[in-house]
Amino acid sequence: MRVSMDIELKDTPGQLLCALTPISELRGNLKSIVHHHEERTPRGTIPVQLVFEAEPDNLDAIIEKLEENGIGISRVDEERLIEEGAVILIGHIVHTDIQDTIDSIDRTGYAEVVDISLSMPHINTTSSASLKICAVGIKELHEAISILKDVAEKKDLLVVEPIRAEFS
Amino acid sequence: MKMIRASIIGFGSVGQGAAQVFLQKKKEIQKKGFDLKVVAVADSRSAAIDEKGLDLEMVLNSKKENGRVGSETLSGLEIIRNVEHEVVIETTPTDIETGGVGLENMLTAFEKGMDVVTSNKGPLALKYGELAEAAQKNNAKFRFEATVGGAMPAINLIRDTIAGNSIISIEGILNGTCNYILTRMMEEHASYEQMLAESQELGIAETDPTYDVEGIDAACKLVILANYVFDMKATYHDVDVKGITSITPEALALAQSEGYVIKQIGEVKDGLIQTSPRLVPESHPLAVGGTLNVISVQTDLAGTVTSTGRGAGSIETASAILSDLISIYRED
Repeated sequence: MRVSMDIELKDTPGQLLCALTPISELRGNLKSIVHHHEERTPRGTIPVQLVFEAEPDNLDAIIEKLEENGIGISRVDEERLIEEGAVILIGHIVHTDIQDTIDSIDRTGYAEVVDISLSMPHINTTSSASLKICAVGIKELHEAISILKDVAEKKDLLVVEPIRAEFS
Repeated sequence: MKMIRASIIGFGSVGQGAAQVFLQKKKEIQKKGFDLKVVAVADSRSAAIDEKGLDLEMVLNSKKENGRVGSETLSGLEIIRNVEHEVVIETTPTDIETGGVGLENMLTAFEKGMDVVTSNKGPLALKYGELAEAAQKNNAKFRFEATVGGAMPAINLIRDTIAGNSIISIEGILNGTCNYILTRMMEEHASYEQMLAESQELGIAETDPTYDVEGIDAACKLVILANYVFDMKATYHDVDVKGITSITPEALALAQSEGYVIKQIGEVKDGLIQTSPRLVPESHPLAVGGTLNVISVQTDLAGTVTSTGRGAGSIETASAILSDLISIYRED
């Protein structure tokens, strides 16, 4: 998952290292760091904004380590589902239990259907739908689409998925 | 100047296109250091032979006026066996079930040590390994740019222009008929059936469109690429094929509202060959419209290289045949 965090550093040498070491030690992947050196908080500390990716299970340990190192944490935002992909479904989408089709993704725990648009032009003709799927990572997004394809095959639905280049 | 004697076996749209291009490009060919003399032409029921070189204008007229290329009744195979020449231009129709006469024509040419330039996909989609081996054993040249995407550079792009690169994957649109139908369905918000009918009226789709719209034609081209580029020893039967017949105008509209177009995309990667309708971002280089073909080659050194062009048409396909001939015999 992706974590965005505001921290506060004392204005002494080596503070930034104290903040970043716990993240890298717990296999976090730093995406962005903004160091507001010219600003000061009312407490006289320097505000720093971090964005990193980490395993959800490691976040508590990272926070604990930062606090041990004397780093102030003023805000933590988690964004669990960071990868998004669209697919199109064509076939008798509703009559083949649309709830079950969506559940097959939601059940994974690592991906969710977050949006669906359905177009049913006439009774007895095939419907089309666009599904937006969010997942915790790119690998999981691929897996979710692959599960959807298996379910769709059994229900005689066509899945139109993005080209590979979309994911790289 | 060296003289290259050729036969054109198969005189449908591609064979006739080749004859027209040879007439038109006589000087350009000479500039490349050789003279091309067509000594025999055969269609399915007649032949014209002249060891001194045929008047291609006359052959084309004869085909147009009475449906025959000449008064001889020799088959293509008999011409390959008995008429002395260096290169067979094999343009008989594709037969995906057996490889058709094309397969025997090519194998016989190689046995005799003759070079082959072809636009015929069938034999390559079924027996590429056997053909490549026969060519190599007899020290004959085998060129088939016209089999993959007509005038769009594909095989020769990989063999020459980006030579030395390792190819990681290939993706592309390899059937102009599917591309035309999908493009028009989106433009007009019309049904598949309606746009198929339009493309049949325009001569873009055949009366029996199965071969194109079910993805079979694209699958054959993918197999040729997979075998040539990745040495996969695949046949047409190894391709996972889904066609465009169930695509709806609603699906195209939904895709568009997400910033995508739907294209029939063929893909060779990690030992898998597949062709199916896919979502392509509107601004992506693969999102070409109309009857265009496009191929994106992912390489280790050059990154992704994309080539696009006309995938069908008699003169366009003949352009690929001409470029194959020049690449074999050029001396400049």
